[in-house]
Amino acid sequence: MITIDKVSKHYGNFQVLTDCSTHVNKGEVVVVCGPSGSGKSTLIKCVNGLEPFQDGAIHVNGTSVGAPKTNLSKLRAHVGMVFQHFELFPHMTISDNLRLAQIKVLKRDKDEAAEKGHYFLDRVGLKAHAHKFPGQLSGGQQQRVAIARALAMDPICMLFDEPTSALDPEMINEVLDVMTELAQEGMTMMCVTHEMGFAKRVAHRVIFMDHGKIVEDDSKEAFFANPRSERAQQFLAKILQH
Amino acid sequence: MFGSYEFDWSSIPGAMGFLGQGLLVSLEITGLALVAGIVWGTLLAMARLSSIKPLAWAAAGYVNLFRAVPLVMVLLWFFLIVPKLLENFLGLPSGSDVRLASAMIGFALFESAYYAEIIRAGIQSVPKGQLAAAHALGMSYPQAMLHVVLPQAFRNMVPLLLTQAIILFQDTSLVYVSALADFFGAAYKVGDRDGRLVELVLFAGAIYFVLCFAASQGVRYFQKRLQTA
Ligand SMILES: Nc1ncnc2c1ncn2[C@@H]1O[C@H](COP(=O)(O)OP(=O)(O)O)[C@@H](O)[C@H]1O
Ligand SMILES: [Mg+2]
Repeated sequence: MITIDKVSKHYGNFQVLTDCSTHVNKGEVVVVCGPSGSGKSTLIKCVNGLEPFQDGAIHVNGTSVGAPKTNLSKLRAHVGMVFQHFELFPHMTISDNLRLAQIKVLKRDKDEAAEKGHYFLDRVGLKAHAHKFPGQLSGGQQQRVAIARALAMDPICMLFDEPTSALDPEMINEVLDVMTELAQEGMTMMCVTHEMGFAKRVAHRVIFMDHGKIVEDDSKEAFFANPRSERAQQFLAKILQH
Repeated sequence: MFGSYEFDWSSIPGAMGFLGQGLLVSLEITGLALVAGIVWGTLLAMARLSSIKPLAWAAAGYVNLFRAVPLVMVLLWFFLIVPKLLENFLGLPSGSDVRLASAMIGFALFESAYYAEIIRAGIQSVPKGQLAAAHALGMSYPQAMLHVVLPQAFRNMVPLLLTQAIILFQDTSLVYVSALADFFGAAYKVGDRDGRLVELVLFAGAIYFVLCFAASQGVRYFQKRLQTA
């Protein structure tokens, strides 16, 4: 579904990504972790072309993301993305947040878009909040709405960039539960997260990044049983203390 | 200097109709320039923030040029020089219609430079992640600006835009150089006719003050309500 082939990116002299290669198969859940600043967000944003890259190639469902003639809007319409800070549109109701891109991008008619939006809002357990504005919801609720907004576009895969790291601890699980359910239904997912419990339960593979490089790319079992690199061992030791 | 001056306000009541029409013209000019300023100012602001360098430079040049010259001068150029140039190069017939329209366009172009800066700050006040989220949903740049970024930018800018509209209303008094019968021009004409310039200019000043003060109090009230909402 997603193949990342020898991708490198730099800002001026600063190398953010170096020769990154990996893939996410259909129905697979891949967790990406690593210290802050290691390039996780940059890598995942390259997948839907939010960040350009200088070298290498990324294909999503056969479409080359970096190719100049690729219609990025069309590609992104079917690649869901969830951000650390939710990024709901604060000037619109939850209903309108769910409908906007369906109407403007997929050209669905208003009723169909509303119906689809409400279906996914119900799935994340927030049916009663449709008429509210994002600012009236808790962080966990906002993130669930953001997931529903992405799902309403009928994505072929979902990208998550630290979806729980801006949340108060008591709200993390409600978001992880939604993600777990999604994974169990067979959604293809690439998740940047430090929630190792989630990784252990749900992921098929775990990628560890450091200084812009993919240092480990292994099955979940192999990764947790015995990380090969010292950096990954240290990272795991630190993060599992909590 | 007013020690020996005898005030005589008697020419004002009879001129109320004429002055009222002048006020209407001033408000019309304000409205027109406001709409043009916001539309053209938004385009300029987006150009200035664009990653296409020549576009950004052109917009910056425009804004800096108009903000560095006095309005009265721009009005005179557009009243006197631009119509002449048009006549010479395009072979347009000469006439006062062209000159007035030209002065109005000059006024709108000038005010747009100020709106462009307010709107640029407004756009920059919207977190970058909002544009990224709109793009991630497949929206094009124009769609993302129109539905996501600009509505939030304008909501943050409302008080500043209104304050600038009050300044714009005051600026309309300068169009009297283009012989347009705006409120100030009308007051000046009446005063000139009756030999009562001092009274008429004082009266016009008082009306400008009352209107603008009331409007700015209104903006402050509105701003407070926005903050508490
Ligand atoms: N626009 C940018 N210009 C320069 N450096 C950047 C920019 N964006 C990110 N970086 C740098 O790239 C590195 C990787 O960032 P990021 O992908 O956000 O890391 P992570 O998500 O793993 O914390 C960081 O060191 C960051 O400072
Ligand atoms: Mg990050």
